[in-house]
Amino acid sequence: MDPVKELLQGNRRALARLISLVENNDPLKEEIMQRLFPHTGKAYLVGVTGAPGAGKSSLVDRLLGEARRSGFTVGVIAVDPTSPFTGGAILGDRIRMQEHALDRGIFIRSMGTRGSLGGLSRAAREAVQVMDAFGKDLIIIETVGVGQSEIDIVKTADSTVVVLTPAGGDSVQTIKAGIMEIGDIFVINKSDLPGSERTVAEVNLALDLKEEPGWRPPVLPVMALRGEGIAELWQKLLEHRRHLEQSGFLESRRRERAESELGELVEFLVKSRVWQNIKTQISLEKLIEAIALRRRDPYGAARELLRQINFPL
Amino acid sequence: MAEGKIQSGDSVAGKKFQQAEKEWRKQARPERERREPFETISGKKIKDLYTPHDTAELDYLRDLGFPGSYPFTRGVQPNMYRGRLWTMRQFSGFGDAADSNRRYRYLLEQGQTGLSVAFDMPTIMGYDSDHPRSAGEIGRCGVAVDSLEDMEVLFREIPLDQITTSMTINGPAAVLWCFYLANALNRGVALDRVGGTIQNDILKEYTAQKSWIFPPEPSMRLITDIFAFAAKEVPRWNTVSISGYHIREAGSTAVQELAFTLADGFAYVEAGIEAGLDVDDFAPRLSFFFNAHLDFFEEICKYRAARRIWARHMKERYGAKNPRSWMMRFHTQTAGCSLTAQEPENNIVRTALEALAAVLGGTQSLHTNSMDEVLALPTEKAVKIALRSQQVIAYESGVANTADPLAGSYFVEALTGEMEAEAEEYFRRIEALGGVLPAIERGFFQQEIADAAYSYQRAVEKGERIVVGVNRFHTDEPLNMELLKIDPVVEQKQVERLHRLKESRDNIAVAQSLERLTGAAAGSENLIPYIMEAARFYATEGEIVDALKEVFGEYREQPLF
Amino acid sequence: MSEKKIRVLVAKPGLDGHDRGAKVVARALRDAGMEVIYTGLHQTPEQVAEAALQEDVDVVGLSILSGAHLTLVPRVRELLQERGMGEVLLLAGGIIPEEDGAVLKEKGAADAIFTPGASLEGIVHYIREKIAVS
Repeated sequence: MDPVKELLQGNRRALARLISLVENNDPLKEEIMQRLFPHTGKAYLVGVTGAPGAGKSSLVDRLLGEARRSGFTVGVIAVDPTSPFTGGAILGDRIRMQEHALDRGIFIRSMGTRGSLGGLSRAAREAVQVMDAFGKDLIIIETVGVGQSEIDIVKTADSTVVVLTPAGGDSVQTIKAGIMEIGDIFVINKSDLPGSERTVAEVNLALDLKEEPGWRPPVLPVMALRGEGIAELWQKLLEHRRHLEQSGFLESRRRERAESELGELVEFLVKSRVWQNIKTQISLEKLIEAIALRRRDPYGAARELLRQINFPL
Repeated sequence: MAEGKIQSGDSVAGKKFQQAEKEWRKQARPERERREPFETISGKKIKDLYTPHDTAELDYLRDLGFPGSYPFTRGVQPNMYRGRLWTMRQFSGFGDAADSNRRYRYLLEQGQTGLSVAFDMPTIMGYDSDHPRSAGEIGRCGVAVDSLEDMEVLFREIPLDQITTSMTINGPAAVLWCFYLANALNRGVALDRVGGTIQNDILKEYTAQKSWIFPPEPSMRLITDIFAFAAKEVPRWNTVSISGYHIREAGSTAVQELAFTLADGFAYVEAGIEAGLDVDDFAPRLSFFFNAHLDFFEEICKYRAARRIWARHMKERYGAKNPRSWMMRFHTQTAGCSLTAQEPENNIVRTALEALAAVLGGTQSLHTNSMDEVLALPTEKAVKIALRSQQVIAYESGVANTADPLAGSYFVEALTGEMEAEAEEYFRRIEALGGVLPAIERGFFQQEIADAAYSYQRAVEKGERIVVGVNRFHTDEPLNMELLKIDPVVEQKQVERLHRLKESRDNIAVAQSLERLTGAAAGSENLIPYIMEAARFYATEGEIVDALKEVFGEYREQPLF
Repeated sequence: MSEKKIRVLVAKPGLDGHDRGAKVVARALRDAGMEVIYTGLHQTPEQVAEAALQEDVDVVGLSILSGAHLTLVPRVRELLQERGMGEVLLLAGGIIPEEDGAVLKEKGAADAIFTPGASLEGIVHYIREKIAVS
């Protein structure tokens, strides 16, 4: 049977398979995404990021409980790094979400960063769309906030939660670099650890320096393992969503997302088509060797390649 | 030369010695050696020869002492096995309580001198036999005990004041202990006359064995409640058996086993002190449980180092004054993870060597694995051979004739000292992480163990480490061995018995006692009397654990590889 | 340009906590370039099957050392079939007597059994061979 139809009828196996398809960049993908598109655009997308060990999965686990109590169906995409040496990955985020393993209203999917063509942000975003078309009301993407591509994914969310811990006064310093800018809500997890209050104060201070009209990111102390502070976090998320809708920011965020998506897709299409042509028509070996031996320069070589496949330069 | 040093200083400095050493070095050239890494099973490099150089710093009285005296390097008894042999204690349990009771009486008839109860997984995890999660697990790798009633059957016709019983139970240790004590009381045996051990070592559950129920904090409270109750009411009971066994089975090295176990031990001591107990009130009842792996000398040195470290820390760091608090007494079990499914008869030899190391290391009690345990629960025949191996060591080999026969060996003393130093280094690292509980939280132990396990397995795969009958010297003969089967009817019978119990007991009293227990858990009183009360009304293990879970919650593991 | 990777669910159904083998295997599969989804200890067969479905895995590896394999393995297979995942490669490892292993294979519950002493290479090779063919 047609997997798109099955998915739209609520078949979870079809949902799982279609996510694999987009993740694997299957040739059928484009057509499927086109057919799914009219059914997307309804889900509320939340990004959760933070350093390894910050307790993101436990936090998501608890958020799932709150969201379900509010009547949301939820999809989770939990991203873990792929080993750059072997291409393999151990994806262990489900361990923390076992409470919800049997809840039919929740669908959890683990993804490796893979470092694939078009980047992780493409695969994750497409997986979000598949879940959206399936009818999930809320989709949470959890990533380790270390690499640029992870930050890119989170940027595409409607609301972004940055998870920090009190461990070490340097945490705020080191994290400031990229993540302070993208958080709509800051969570200080493991707030029973010493230094928690100081971390809250430091993050607040850093946020005071930042200008964003209409929304001042709240800083919430949480103990995810015990479920403390989770209800407040959920309320803040809903509040942020309302803010986005009322202020018109949701509109503009989704516009930005459409823009970058379009850009990425064009890039992806061009890139994959160009390489496909080059690889089927031309043997690169000699050219590469010539450059390596410094008999040719790479700039001229690149132009020549594209000319050979009639690419308009 | 300082008083008490092993006599070596003069001769090492002497010309004659140096000349002879040079001569030897010329002859024993590394290029003539087999091309194998000369290292212990833990990957520790071993030199080609140990000489008086290696023990030059050793001070006899400071570092070794006499058996039965500080720092107990040479053993905890002045006359060691000349007074009393170690307790031959075979860990066993399977099926229902009646099946295991028969096996216990058989073992006692065969000359075993103590009992050691293995519980099935539902009992270990705090689930009753009728819980959906128990399906397929009942009586499989131990005996199913749901209530005081099962405990009564388990010890039928076994004199509770004449034997000692060790129970391998951790998360719900307080519950099973109360079943045991309630049974003794009901049979008219006073609590100060029962003796035994509960493993009750929750810290290693988080790091190695992974059979936890509650989170660390409430678990530690239950443990200190047991310390306090035992100190007053059950003075002959060993309240915790601080276990390296499982750390090793999870793949650690010998030094990690040594260091992590002792670090756990110190954490219990600190918890007891923090709970307001005097260290000398509970420390004498702390006991240990180590693995006996294949690397003969490394294991012997591990036990000797363990005793010395414990004594030094207890006396100097925790200010214990009672010599019994300084004394590390331990049980040993041969390494389950060293057994192979291929040519399982070879396991008899492995186990015998491991047992010998444990005896030469001065263990107080010993379990020898059966050759078939890598395949299933052991048959009676396999258990008998395992017990006989201990008896051969005890009565035929002559190794029990003198205390700590290997003391003074250059190699043994050097390795003992090195392992002590490496353990101390681990203590510093754990301290830097904020102590044992924060280190668990950060996954420090788990990661160290996982790394060691993986690199060992890799070495076996690459053939760098030889396992006889597996990656060298193997045949493809089909396995021909009779295995113990657990009748699936056990499961059904056990569930039925549990249901009958639930119908026949005073359910109002049960409900009230459980309510009182939950109330007490929310406060700070000692919980043992409350658990005991519920146990005597025949509340089940699952009910008692659930009453505690209401307040304590459950623990979740960390994703570490 | 397809970029398929072999996805393996490594699960510990049942109550025993002996995860040394499961974790060593998980690492070896990762090092062989596979994506390993690890669900942690003390899983029910329902949890295992659900995770397998949501993660769309090619292989499910069950590690059982508590003796409950004759109950748990067939149950996982049954639940996978109910979810339309009958074709998933199901491997079992742990303390599983030869006789029981034969029963599990005969019933079609397990495709292969790996007992103590099985080599990591062997497991990797088996999975690659089976998944490549299908």
